[in-house]
Amino acid sequence: MRTQYDESDVQRAVQGLASKIAQSLSPDKPLNIIGIRTRGETLAQRLTVLLSAKGFTQIGRGVLDITLYRDDLSTVGPTPMVRPTEINVDLAGKPVLLVDDVIFTGRSIRSALDALTDFGRPSVIRLVVLADRGGRELPIQPDFVGVAIKDAPTDHRVNVRLKEQDGKDEITVEPRG
Amino acid sequence: MANEPHQRWHRKHLLTVEDLSADEIGYILDTASSFKEVSTRSVKKVPALRGRVMVNSFFEDSTRTRTSFSLAASRLSADVIDFSVKTSSVSKGETLIDTARNIEAMGVDIIVIRHQAAGSAHLVAQHVKCSVINAGDGAHEHPTQGLLDLYTIRERFGHIKGLKVAIVGDIANSRVARSNLWGLTKLGAEVILVGPPTLLPKSFEKLGARVVHDLDSVIGEVDVVNMLRVQFERTKTSQFPSVREFSRLFGLTSDRFLKCKPDVFVMHPGPMNRGIEISSHIADGPQSGVLKQVENGLAVRMAVLYLVSQGQG
Repeated sequence: MRTQYDESDVQRAVQGLASKIAQSLSPDKPLNIIGIRTRGETLAQRLTVLLSAKGFTQIGRGVLDITLYRDDLSTVGPTPMVRPTEINVDLAGKPVLLVDDVIFTGRSIRSALDALTDFGRPSVIRLVVLADRGGRELPIQPDFVGVAIKDAPTDHRVNVRLKEQDGKDEITVEPRG
Repeated sequence: MANEPHQRWHRKHLLTVEDLSADEIGYILDTASSFKEVSTRSVKKVPALRGRVMVNSFFEDSTRTRTSFSLAASRLSADVIDFSVKTSSVSKGETLIDTARNIEAMGVDIIVIRHQAAGSAHLVAQHVKCSVINAGDGAHEHPTQGLLDLYTIRERFGHIKGLKVAIVGDIANSRVARSNLWGLTKLGAEVILVGPPTLLPKSFEKLGARVVHDLDSVIGEVDVVNMLRVQFERTKTSQFPSVREFSRLFGLTSDRFLKCKPDVFVMHPGPMNRGIEISSHIADGPQSGVLKQVENGLAVRMAVLYLVSQGQG
């Protein structure tokens, strides 16, 4: 198993995501890109820039905080900070790209889908992740995957770091410490 | 994936502002600002407290606090029960504890309590396993009112440190004044308490406030003026001047308003006695934060309900 992806790997993966998305959606129709806090938001920003360059002109953006929708709130331990959700675009009848950094059990995405539903009824929701590490506990699969990390052991963490927050782009697979 | 440090909240109860650190107050206010957005959605509800039960137990009358707590709980998907007792039917501490235990036995997760006796919320918290939120205990504290006032001031000015805040009226009998005083001083504001000597003992200086008996001497220097309600149930006592005299000396009248800073922020915890402690056109004017206070109260109470539900002890 590969445990280290550097800056060029991450950037290539994001470019790859943008290309795959551009092939499957038509650029002259409206599209909403919603990032899950915190790194999904950053990835959504990057994808917006890349898709704009590919001719997508009607992109709406939003940020989703899923804390209040988690199914493990009572067992999660220390209280997670609730941050604002910012969706000021109309979701109804338009496609949504839901963006997150890593998909693991699928529970975050389940929460995010519940949250999105409260904001409207998109015509379709497609899931975009930078890294898929396997280990799903719910029947939820991404539509667009940047990097597939096959069977990362469950006692390991897959860490995505992005320049905007962390000063550098990388993905690492490390034992939980 | 959230991986920020989250160790800033551990409390299971909210009993006073006095107990809270500046950091904890900041945490509640930050959380409240996230909850504010929920009320702007088309579906004004999140599932955070689904399956939890909150009981409003009000041993004193209340309109906005009770409604605000009910609505806050509904927005978090909790179930709400109203339990009201007339002042006369519960008079002894032991009965209060029994009442609370009975409520808890029904499987309640959060008890919101208002009671005429100072320390009642504290007493209940010692005898039940569920969370307790103080919604006003005698003249002691009204922490969610204090927090929503802090939130509203912070929203208006962007900060609290360094502001001068006057709290005007019957300070001695006011739980709102005490909760405000604790919160404001902890966050670095200067608090000036204003009222007649009979309703404002010098001992308040020990709590870090300036004590002033002449409103006109300070009205021009404050950034915020928080007008307390004249509590008519107390105006018959010898400590209270006539309502007319009180209004003339300590009311926010049009003439007095002209002496204020141009950007002064006017607050009132409600219910207002228009024309007595505050003139109607000021209460309804552009510098009034009265309705903002009510609006923010909802977000603050959502934050408090959410946080105490996560608190461990």
